[in-house]
Amino acid sequence: MKRAGYRPSLELVPEVLAGSRAAIARMISRAEGGYAEAAEALAAIYKSAGKAHIIGITGVPGAGKSTLVAALIKSLSLEGHKVGVVAVDPSSPFSGGAILGDRIRMNEVAQASQAFVRSMATRGHLGGLAPATLQAVDILDAAGYSPIIIESVGVGQDEVEIVKAAHTVVVLSPPGLGDDIQAIKAGILEIADIHVVSKADKPEAAATVAALKGMLKLGGSAARSTWSPPVLTVSALSGQHLDSLKATIRQHWSHLKSTGELAVRQRDFCRTRIFNMARHLFQEQFHEGAEDFERQLEAVVSRESDPLTAANVLLGWNEERHS
Amino acid sequence: MTEPAQSTNNIRVLVAKLGLDGHDRGAKVVARILRDAGMEVIYTGLYKTPLQVVSAAIEEDVDVIGVSLLSGAHVPLFKELGKCLREQGAEHIFVVAGGVIPEEDYQALRDSGVDAIIPQEARAELIVTAITELVKARGRI
Repeated sequence: MKRAGYRPSLELVPEVLAGSRAAIARMISRAEGGYAEAAEALAAIYKSAGKAHIIGITGVPGAGKSTLVAALIKSLSLEGHKVGVVAVDPSSPFSGGAILGDRIRMNEVAQASQAFVRSMATRGHLGGLAPATLQAVDILDAAGYSPIIIESVGVGQDEVEIVKAAHTVVVLSPPGLGDDIQAIKAGILEIADIHVVSKADKPEAAATVAALKGMLKLGGSAARSTWSPPVLTVSALSGQHLDSLKATIRQHWSHLKSTGELAVRQRDFCRTRIFNMARHLFQEQFHEGAEDFERQLEAVVSRESDPLTAANVLLGWNEERHS
Repeated sequence: MTEPAQSTNNIRVLVAKLGLDGHDRGAKVVARILRDAGMEVIYTGLYKTPLQVVSAAIEEDVDVIGVSLLSGAHVPLFKELGKCLREQGAEHIFVVAGGVIPEEDYQALRDSGVDAIIPQEARAELIVTAITELVKARGRI
């Protein structure tokens, strides 16, 4: 019978920092599982992270995200970069299971032993990422990977969480999907630092480029930067314009650093992470069935209490705040 | 060893096709069955070498590698797979074989480190049970 035994997470930390692939992989699983035992190790890893350039790739399902990521890994690895990838795919809302297919496109990548690719399921989390995506990024960052690419799930129009996780957000728009009104809608198109029209080998690509450029000309209302997002075309299949995408990603990174926007974004990411973590801890502690929670629930249902008071009581804020 | 009291990780399975075997309908059906049983399935696509499969399995930290083979080359391929797992220190990962495998080859496969062999006529529940029981008996890692 196979039994490897459970190694304490803290024991894995030095191996993660030294770049052991097995230790990195195991640590990501511990983060995903939310093991209480791993908290201290993840804290140590967080403190060693913060050096990598994090690139987010997002777009509708079938936009060509995995194919582009595969092309980027290959090309960046050849330049000597240690590329980390976290590729997110959806979990079934019914069974909790998932089929993670992003590796299929990364055939040649498996050979490039410099790169580390990890697939993650959303496990019920909405927004385009998985709950442990950022911890996985920390782990790869601490292990010396840079850049780190986050490939979001195939998104609709509103899953924009990646903007709170990646320094450089690349939004992929495949040609032939809808008219120019799609391009002026709110949501995913607003978050791009770089627009890429994928599958540039298709004839409809020029129209999509025109629609996106037209949208950008109207001015960036929600712009979070002094950077104006360019519209590029790429054919990951033929490799056409891949170099100009890489150059633009690098330019954006230098722009963030030279203007001081990097520090602003980092701060913003941290704020979001603390909020999300607090929300997560709250939900974990006061889940349905927990005694305190049930008592407050009863009180709110019977209208002896109200939702705000109940929340304050649960957080233990009641006394201090009202005295 | 202190195992965490509650572990919430889903069972992770790498479904792979080894060598020159282009028929993956069965592998996809199995991937779907495991998904519906709540497992996270990483599908690698076709024409993989044992080394590629093992290195993907390590990065993905899977519990099980499921290989479907219809090409008749199962004996040497599983032997190579078992060797790669040992060399990479990944012997905690189970290997489950399926596809067209004649009974007279079962022993050779077991000797190569295959933990379970799923016969062709197996129903969905058998595949799920075989994997669940292997992982349960090993415990969390």
